[in-house]
Amino acid sequence: MGRRRSAADSGFKYLTVGLASSVLVIALIYFYELYTGSLPTLRTGLAFVFGSTWDPVNSHFGVFPMLYGSLLTSAIALVIGVPISLGVAIFLSELSPGRLRSPISFVVEMLAAVPSVIYGLWGLFILAPILRADVYPYLEEYLGFLPIFQGTIYGVSILTAGIILAIMIIPIIASISRDALLAVPDSQREAALALGATKSEAIRMSVLSYARSGIVASIFLGFGRAFGETMAVVMLIGNTPVVSASLFSPGYSLASLIANEYTEATTAVYTSALIEAGLVLLLVSFLANVVARLMISRLIRSREAASYL
Amino acid sequence: MLETMSSQEINTMPRGAYPVQVPEKMEVLGLNVSYGTKQALFDINLGFRPNKVTAMIGPSGCGKSTLIRCLNRMHELVPDAKVEGKVLLDGQDIYGPDMDPADVRRRVGMVFQKPNPFPNMSVADNVVAGLKLAGTKDRGHLDGVAKKYLERVHLWDEVKEDTKRSGASLSGGQQQRLCIARALAIEPEVVLMDEPCSALDPTATARIEQLITSLKENYTVIIVTHNMQQAARIADYTAFMYLGKLIEYDETTKLFENPREDLTERYITGKFG
Amino acid sequence: MKTRRRLVNRIFLSLCVVALLAAVVPLVSIIVDVASKGIGAMNLDFFTQLPPLACTQPPCPEGGLGNAIQGTVYVVALSSLIGLPIGLFSGVYVSEYGRASRFGYLMRFLGDVLAGIPSIVTGVLIYTIIVLTTDSFSIIAGAVALGTMMIPIMSNTTAEALKAVPNSIREASLALGTRKWRTSLLVIANAKKSIATGSLLAVARITGETAPLILTMGISVLWFGGFTVPVASLTYFIYYFATSPFQNWQNLAWGAALFLMVIVLGINMGVRLVTRGKRVYA
Repeated sequence: MGRRRSAADSGFKYLTVGLASSVLVIALIYFYELYTGSLPTLRTGLAFVFGSTWDPVNSHFGVFPMLYGSLLTSAIALVIGVPISLGVAIFLSELSPGRLRSPISFVVEMLAAVPSVIYGLWGLFILAPILRADVYPYLEEYLGFLPIFQGTIYGVSILTAGIILAIMIIPIIASISRDALLAVPDSQREAALALGATKSEAIRMSVLSYARSGIVASIFLGFGRAFGETMAVVMLIGNTPVVSASLFSPGYSLASLIANEYTEATTAVYTSALIEAGLVLLLVSFLANVVARLMISRLIRSREAASYL
Repeated sequence: MLETMSSQEINTMPRGAYPVQVPEKMEVLGLNVSYGTKQALFDINLGFRPNKVTAMIGPSGCGKSTLIRCLNRMHELVPDAKVEGKVLLDGQDIYGPDMDPADVRRRVGMVFQKPNPFPNMSVADNVVAGLKLAGTKDRGHLDGVAKKYLERVHLWDEVKEDTKRSGASLSGGQQQRLCIARALAIEPEVVLMDEPCSALDPTATARIEQLITSLKENYTVIIVTHNMQQAARIADYTAFMYLGKLIEYDETTKLFENPREDLTERYITGKFG
Repeated sequence: MKTRRRLVNRIFLSLCVVALLAAVVPLVSIIVDVASKGIGAMNLDFFTQLPPLACTQPPCPEGGLGNAIQGTVYVVALSSLIGLPIGLFSGVYVSEYGRASRFGYLMRFLGDVLAGIPSIVTGVLIYTIIVLTTDSFSIIAGAVALGTMMIPIMSNTTAEALKAVPNSIREASLALGTRKWRTSLLVIANAKKSIATGSLLAVARITGETAPLILTMGISVLWFGGFTVPVASLTYFIYYFATSPFQNWQNLAWGAALFLMVIVLGINMGVRLVTRGKRVYA
């Protein structure tokens, strides 16, 4: 019996290779199309990124307020979402009785399944009014010495968008962090406890630092998600291209910009500007995802190596 | 006459030969331990002499690991673990209602079967990890303590070139000595060792056995081992356990040369286990 | 031990429980609010009528979102037709042929990364390629956009599902002289439950997408009108109606949200309950 491959074998293999390369092809098309599509405005160089005037009528395209909004809302999402996600992950991994672990993880994963437009809907009609009427005045009263909590209070604002983003990224960060924590060997916990550590000290000293790279990777993924999120943000950020120190002020994000203005893009330059905004989104999220996945694969490989010792 | 004898002299007198009972460092009274419905230890009564090495031997599943883990309340980490009876440290029940397990563990330290240094900390930081937890911050003091205990376990010369290297970058035997240094640095009174050499090669084992023998000058050492020869080499007293019960407990030489129980004799001569 | 250490311990552990509540409360609130506000719109008209005119003074026509439901069903079906097979075979390659090769590793890695691209970027891509060149919104553009999103997701799901099949099955089959491609089909058959559940999760995911549709399929107040015109969808209508000031439109938005949630969460819950204990990667 020779090693002659049958035609069917080769055919099947080429079929799968071909379709697998679709992933590569898609990636390449993304970069190619978005690059060529935005060439007209790419030529303006950094003026696009740092310009503050968005004036399609006069062909001035500066997306700085939108970039600022995307970054700021993502930052708020991380500041609020990471501690909550870590708390959930620690609870699931270290504190919860075994039987509760599945149901609670299930609930957290359901958070990920809710479509973003429904987050927007709920945020618009339920969350934003509560924040505007009850929470923000409280923040202004007690923390108003900080410039971020000064100024007129709006329900649809940077802070509201940031808060909804925080809720949306909890499932990603919590589930990956939980897996990272569960992967820490028990011997590490025992080592800390045997030295007289309290439960929280043992968690902080041995478990969290051992799982550090997995947790950091999850934060990058959460950032990527928040940065590119469209629907919930466009419904809650106010869609005003201003840069303000106050978190209560409305703002704009790159994704919201595209969603709002694509129909208005009548000229080629206008379209190109929107496509360039898309290119920025692509680059940032691509980078965040690549970094996160590299960290995760390095983690998996070092763990596989360690298990042979 | 007894008042003029040093504790050293008292402790080297044969058991039962002196009229005053030397207080045991640790005592186990009527200990019954179970996991859920399965009972692991049956009515254990045992005393551990201060500044001596006591070994616990027996076949797998005899309960020796469970017993040693009850001595610093690590056994409670297992779900559904139940402990009845008393474990006295200097006469005080460590399972008493006011006793914080973390406090117990500072006085009764532990070294585990598989070395478990903290991989994200340097060698020096590993040694002083327990002190840092307790709040010691003075860098100079911590460095001094690290050096002192690394020397104590004869690891200093091997790592002094680079104490910043990760605790996990050492060889198995070195890691175990590091873990011993870490346990000693919090200055416990008792050191528990759960099969400390079973993951190590013979050379590393020999070095650690030497270390254990030198430790009894300052600490009370209790060691679990599945290696009878090891017990014979380093232990002053040996307890033989089988199926959750304490079968025999005596000075090591007496136990091995002239065991009182038939079961002990069969185990020692290799008829089972 | 110093009481300070004990206090810090208590606080830390309590904060973890607080975090858990902070994560669970929004979900419960969303479900409860969508259910209570949307149930009022659930009637036969909702499924059979076209969207009403904007209404500033009562009495307001109720109308329905029948065309949106129709549109969503059509576009999801079409997208799955594109995305599921391509994603499936891509995953077969990664798992069965590409495990040792660097190309296979790269495809796996890229698949993971692409799955994280924001959906609006996919919308921009298909807008550039199809909408601008054909000068119209269409269900084809929408299906290509959603299908493109499905491919990396499906590829990863399939690859994971196949990798979970024990090697002994492959070896047994090959040892009997079976061809490699037939063996692969056997492996697929062994993993069919995981692949099916993964597909369902991918379908649920794209059913809830809005941004790509805004840029490719547009919106319409009419029933499905063909392959080269804008088509309605539930998600776009939720966005459109929710951000409007009209009460009858807002009511329909809640109704659509309820319907959408029931389907999307229903699929997710169903899948996870069925595969309890086993990991599903999607």
